[in-house]
Amino acid sequence: MQNINSGDTAFILIAAALVMFMTPGLALFYGGMVRSKNVLGTIMQSIIILGIINVLWMLFGYSLAFGPDKLGLIGDLSWVGLKGVGLAPNAEYAPTIPHEAFMIFQGMFAIITPALITGAFAERMKFSSFLAFTIAWFIIVYLPVAHWVWGAGGWLRNLGVLDFAGGIVVHASSGAAALAAAIFTGKRKGFGTEPLIPHNIPLTIIGMGILWFGWFGFNAGSALAAGGLAANAFVTTQVAATAATASWVITEWIKGGKPTTLGAATGAIAGLATITPAAGFVSPSAALLIGLIAGIVCYYAISLKFKLGYDDSLDVVGVHGVGGVLGTLSVGIFASTAINSAAKDGLIFGNASLLQIQALGVFTVVIFSFIASMVILKVINALIGVRITDEDELTGLDLSQHSEVGYDF
Amino acid sequence: MKKIEAIIKPFKLDDVKNALSRIGIQGLTAYEVKGFGRQKGHTEIYRGAEYRVDFVPKVKIEVIVDEDLVSQVVEAIMGSARTGKIGDGKIFVLPAEDVIRIRTGERGIDAI
Repeated sequence: MQNINSGDTAFILIAAALVMFMTPGLALFYGGMVRSKNVLGTIMQSIIILGIINVLWMLFGYSLAFGPDKLGLIGDLSWVGLKGVGLAPNAEYAPTIPHEAFMIFQGMFAIITPALITGAFAERMKFSSFLAFTIAWFIIVYLPVAHWVWGAGGWLRNLGVLDFAGGIVVHASSGAAALAAAIFTGKRKGFGTEPLIPHNIPLTIIGMGILWFGWFGFNAGSALAAGGLAANAFVTTQVAATAATASWVITEWIKGGKPTTLGAATGAIAGLATITPAAGFVSPSAALLIGLIAGIVCYYAISLKFKLGYDDSLDVVGVHGVGGVLGTLSVGIFASTAINSAAKDGLIFGNASLLQIQALGVFTVVIFSFIASMVILKVINALIGVRITDEDELTGLDLSQHSEVGYDF
Repeated sequence: MKKIEAIIKPFKLDDVKNALSRIGIQGLTAYEVKGFGRQKGHTEIYRGAEYRVDFVPKVKIEVIVDEDLVSQVVEAIMGSARTGKIGDGKIFVLPAEDVIRIRTGERGIDAI
């Protein structure tokens, strides 16, 4: 145990708690954006994911994602039930903290990723089908993708794909699944014809604040040690989030609308999602540019759903999918070995090959996640149906799925 | 006796209440309502998407008065609720058959 660094260990345990806090934050962020009759059903989807994913993670998920490699595709089952995952550090992943601390830090990422997808099928999916989808997606998509990108021996990791904190593993993969889910479950009744308006934007703002706060654990914690790299990731995270908040609001204002509170909150999340893969590879000034671009690109990306006609209810595709892809590509442009000696230089430092590798990595995962999600949804639909009845949709998720209501004034 | 109902802009409620108090009206009922007339609704923007909201929030007041007072009450409401812009609302005058004060059982004008 002599290799364990108490500062690093303290930092990672706190970072893990911060990432855990993001999922209830996401519950409020999403909960405020639906109509009041669906507030609990929407919150519950995030909360129950918090309740089940780490059970699976402990039993077999961590082993499949990070356990000894099989063909570059998946971990084996030798760490099932956390067998051998003890207090001694794992030199491959995080040499200065207990292996258990690394395991639980990664476990928090496994929770929030499927929770992000729920925004795409908000207000219309059966609770049982949502559970089946989440568990299947976690096993079939999340665990392999986490292994490909982060696991020792993973094929994308071996190719040199860089994903500091989950631009590919978390955001691009959930964004692609969200697109599949929005298309497959179909539009909500009234989409495009009647106003489907957020019922409590202050709730969404509280959620945004919790997410932003938690994101420091997500990104800075991904340095896996309390040092300069963590500080750089912390700073780039803050810079990109603030820049994207500003650029989103300015864009919507210039476009002839008004500067909106929900726009500011959405811009912040877009900036945070976009900087995630890059936080520990780029300089603060590059993060400023990435954030400014993220706010503008994601603003336009969310309007695609009206043009293309899919009901991505809470804009998971436009914010997390597009942000994740954009951020992963930005690594290929702005990455610097001066920031992170374990990285490679990006395009602006004269190395074009990294951008190609990043593009290969992120688009492979996007396509895999999209197709796998479609197949999972088709199977579940054939077995138990994915969508609630028209009557239940009119009543709302709260009463029809859970027999409770969010507000009684 | 007449029942006078008025749909007014919510922010004008205090002005209308004061104007009616000044001419001796001792009680009224007010409630928050939603509706639309020629004013139509308004536009709300969420993440760049514009939505038309047809129903506009209004306040509806009701007051029962002796027939002699009707024109005075109508003028007081018009004077205090008018902004001159579209959406100032409407006043309805209806016959009221009887009024009963629950505590004493008084009826008619005495019960107002």
